[in-house]
Amino acid sequence: MNKTVNQKAWFFVAPVLILVAFNAIVPLMTVVNYSVQETFGDNVFFWAGLRWFEEILRSPRFHDALGRQLFFTGTILAIEIPLGVIIALAMPRKGPWVSVCLVLMAMPLLIPWNVVGAMWNIFGLPELGLLGKTLNMIGFDYNYTRQPGDAWFTLILMDVWHWTSLVVLLAYAGLVSIPDAYYQAARIDGASSWAIFRYIQLPKMKRVLTIAVLLRFMDSFNIYTEPSVLTGGGPGNSTTLLSLDLVKIALGQFDLGPAAAMSLIYFLVILLFSWIFYTVMTRGEEQ
Amino acid sequence: MEDVVMFSAKWWTLPLGKTWMAWTPATASFFIFVVLAITAMGVWEYYRPGGDPRRGVFAIDTTRGDRLFISLLGSAFIFIAWLFFIGSPLWWPMGIVALWFVFVFRYV
Repeated sequence: MNKTVNQKAWFFVAPVLILVAFNAIVPLMTVVNYSVQETFGDNVFFWAGLRWFEEILRSPRFHDALGRQLFFTGTILAIEIPLGVIIALAMPRKGPWVSVCLVLMAMPLLIPWNVVGAMWNIFGLPELGLLGKTLNMIGFDYNYTRQPGDAWFTLILMDVWHWTSLVVLLAYAGLVSIPDAYYQAARIDGASSWAIFRYIQLPKMKRVLTIAVLLRFMDSFNIYTEPSVLTGGGPGNSTTLLSLDLVKIALGQFDLGPAAAMSLIYFLVILLFSWIFYTVMTRGEEQ
Repeated sequence: MEDVVMFSAKWWTLPLGKTWMAWTPATASFFIFVVLAITAMGVWEYYRPGGDPRRGVFAIDTTRGDRLFISLLGSAFIFIAWLFFIGSPLWWPMGIVALWFVFVFRYV
């Protein structure tokens, strides 16, 4: 059978291409141009070559921020993905409670990111926040504005609260798409709950979990608003993630060249990890 | 840090007028290379279709487009590693990148 060729489709794709060009490709090209130049404003540029790349790649400040970023992303992925799957497995598949659970799960996702940061900022305050005051009352010396460990604890807790629901909803969508016949066959074979999970539910959720891991990885690697409102990168620099450091260099110090070089390295790291995740998780599907 | 001049011709790194994207001939040529590479892939595919994905030394299924992506991404990290461990100029890693392209398109 001959393939249908319809050139009209290009017209339908064109608006998206134009949109992507202006919100992704043009800014990316500009960043590449900035990364090899120096500017003092007024749209006047001087060639700097690869100096900013060498500076950023060898700066302990960048290494520390990258280390903190990898730790943050690794931790939240290790918590959110299993927790999301467990919650999705515990949710009802039929009946009136389905809608209630879905609405409850969707709620954290509907709150604007800066509001989430502000909420947790107040929630964690040791003198008047519910979380901070309660932890201090039961004997913990908790103060996220002064102690780096407490700041990290609050930051991770906030992200888990905000984003686990996304994993839950995706995993749940994967679970409800499994036909009953699979479960009936498993029951006839006398399969245990673990066997059902391992050989039916998990393989069927693989695709949505790939999407969940990729989305959470990219989002958490780009996270800015919530930690900016919650800790502002402090105490000291203890929670200064890559994006916070980037904004400090670009807008705080107005070092556009180094900031552009750092953005490109940052972008390449995200691209590499995303590609590795995607390749590893989809490997074997074509076999 | 001393200035490293990759090209002695100054026009290569001068701004192309007062443009809002801060173009220079050097950065423009980089994007022209990427566009040409993608176009060449299209032309190659049109005249000699690459067929189904194949499995190479990395044990992953790749099409020609995937191999271009892996080549470009790998090249970026070869340059980054060189800048981190040794520094500019990038003529030597340019050679490594050429070998990397050949390796990826042949064996991956």
